[in-house]
Amino acid sequence: MSLQTMTYLVVGVTFALYIGIAIWARAGSTSEFYVAGGGVPPVLNGMATGADWMSAASFISMAGLIANMGYGGGLFLMGWTGGYVLLAMLLAPYLRKFGKFTVPQFVGDRYYSKAASCVAVMCLLAASLTYIIGQMTGVGVAFSRFLGVSNSTGVFIGMGIVFMYAVFGGMKGITYTQVAQYCVLILAYTIPAIFISMALTGNPLPQLGLGGDFVGTDMSLLGKLDQVVMDLGFPQYTTMTRISTLNMFVYTMSLMIGTAGLPHVIMRFFTVPSVKAARSSAGWALVFIAILYTTAPAVAAMARLNLHASVNTAVKSGGDLFAESSSIKYDERPDWMKRWEVTGLLKFEDKNGDGRIQYYNDKNAPAGAVAAGWKGSELSVNRDIMVLANPEIAKLPNWVIALVAAGGLAAALSTAAGLLLAISSAISHDLFKNIFMPDMSEKNELMTGKIAMACSIMVAGYLGLNPPDFAAGTVAIAFGLAASSIFPALMMGIFNKKMNKEGAMAGMLAGLGITMLYVFAHKGIFFIKGTSFLGLFGGKANFFLGIEPNAFGAIGALVNFGVAYVVSKVTPECPEHIQHMVENVRTPRGSKEVDGSHAH
Amino acid sequence: MDKSGEAYWKAVLTLIAQVLAVWFFVSFGCGILFADALNSMSIGGYPLGFWFAQQGSMYVFVILIFVYGKLMNNLDVKFDVHEE
Repeated sequence: MSLQTMTYLVVGVTFALYIGIAIWARAGSTSEFYVAGGGVPPVLNGMATGADWMSAASFISMAGLIANMGYGGGLFLMGWTGGYVLLAMLLAPYLRKFGKFTVPQFVGDRYYSKAASCVAVMCLLAASLTYIIGQMTGVGVAFSRFLGVSNSTGVFIGMGIVFMYAVFGGMKGITYTQVAQYCVLILAYTIPAIFISMALTGNPLPQLGLGGDFVGTDMSLLGKLDQVVMDLGFPQYTTMTRISTLNMFVYTMSLMIGTAGLPHVIMRFFTVPSVKAARSSAGWALVFIAILYTTAPAVAAMARLNLHASVNTAVKSGGDLFAESSSIKYDERPDWMKRWEVTGLLKFEDKNGDGRIQYYNDKNAPAGAVAAGWKGSELSVNRDIMVLANPEIAKLPNWVIALVAAGGLAAALSTAAGLLLAISSAISHDLFKNIFMPDMSEKNELMTGKIAMACSIMVAGYLGLNPPDFAAGTVAIAFGLAASSIFPALMMGIFNKKMNKEGAMAGMLAGLGITMLYVFAHKGIFFIKGTSFLGLFGGKANFFLGIEPNAFGAIGALVNFGVAYVVSKVTPECPEHIQHMVENVRTPRGSKEVDGSHAH
Repeated sequence: MDKSGEAYWKAVLTLIAQVLAVWFFVSFGCGILFADALNSMSIGGYPLGFWFAQQGSMYVFVILIFVYGKLMNNLDVKFDVHEE
């Protein structure tokens, strides 16, 4: 069977499965639309949270970025898993005891103010919309390759499918669908990794294979990779820091606290049956996430080595990288390159006119390259394609390649749907129903939610055509926004019972504001191309202590905490009954009486 | 033994601080700040600092959450605030 037919078949079967489950568990009332009836067991909830969490950024984009960033890519791995420790300890159990549906509801009640709830809606929208832009970028890559169309067409098709998918079912449908999606995406990620690890190191476990020896030599795989990339003028793979140690530290912190502040992930913990289950749900979620995350660095390193090997025959043979015959001829390039050239995400430009592909770091050209008459690196590979192209590069069977396409789509769709749900509930429930139109009917509320979803997809799709960064980079910005605004407000709401509404609101606005300012200065106002205003700050990128915009969320969070503390000291104290409520939230007993899913 | 809400909360905060200390040590410590120094050692073929950044810290995180959950449940029972 041809690869194209096989891909349609596998993607079709998995979609039929998700839609079948969604129909079977079709949501009825509004409360079921947002949170599944409260009775999802921790292991299944953990799996669904895993699918919800692992988006196009984790599945499609992350390993490609790590392949490029080497050791520095570890910030994604530590950041996006370490946040779960914070979530499990600092937020999940208390939010469950509090017993609300959504983040803005928690903020509105804890800070006894509808204005605070409005500010929370704003923070939530900023983070979620940015997140969806990243998803659209990833969906675009997957669809363009899968249908053999340009990247922009891929984004448009993705917008349509995500919309239909998200509007179709609510959280209940999604919880069980997401369990199925988790299974598809984890198989799709690990199977090719096992094949490739086997081929390169003889060890079927990628986590061990990455530390193993390169087949047929007594050199370690990482040692071999270090040597190849350094010979070609790239920085050493295993020690290459992301900009600076400080930047890497702040970036990791930003992703960690962003994880614990993301509305669609937090919403999950309202659906577990008890406080005890909230604690273990976060643990199970991390187990399922870690299966992918510990495989990702192996995928990254092996994909990088395979990419070099596929255009330069001396990588595997150990011969002279700069010998003329080592670079493969463009006319004899492998099929996977031809397929990706169609999408416009992989490009070849014959700079020295010899008809061969030279791929190296021309900004630090090695002496051998200059001597051999290389005139610049001739291959540009979009980092977001690495995971999807990886099984093709490694010449794995067609069914594996098809499975990876299905996994990438599962990852992107499940997260986009979860985020759209968070957005639709924030707008229809927290904004319209609770503040502007208290007597709105349930039917109108659902309709408002769907309109909000449609608008979000269009905005995100439009911005996804010219994304501010690679998929995982854009998602990192979304985490920064959540880190700087939502996380501190939630944490202070639980751990500082004297925190008042003035402090919380000022903190959220200051944290979100300064983070947006820094990000927009680099990436454009609302990520619109050509509107960046770095000139105002001396024109130098990363002007604050050399910290890149994607990492700024941690600084924003510090500002948030600081401003909130100062403002709360000079404004009226938090009312007595709220302080009692916070004390009550801190102990698990009585959680069943405040089960959020029945309080509606 | 003091079974008041304040004593419970103090015990909770102590536990959280202990877990966070380990959390910080493996990721920000071993994975970032001391990574260079640790790279002179190796584990299973990996340079140690690189291993902490791309493997080890994640394993520790998983263990930490379950240990925390267990210890918290014990605290709840000890202070008689557990769910019925």
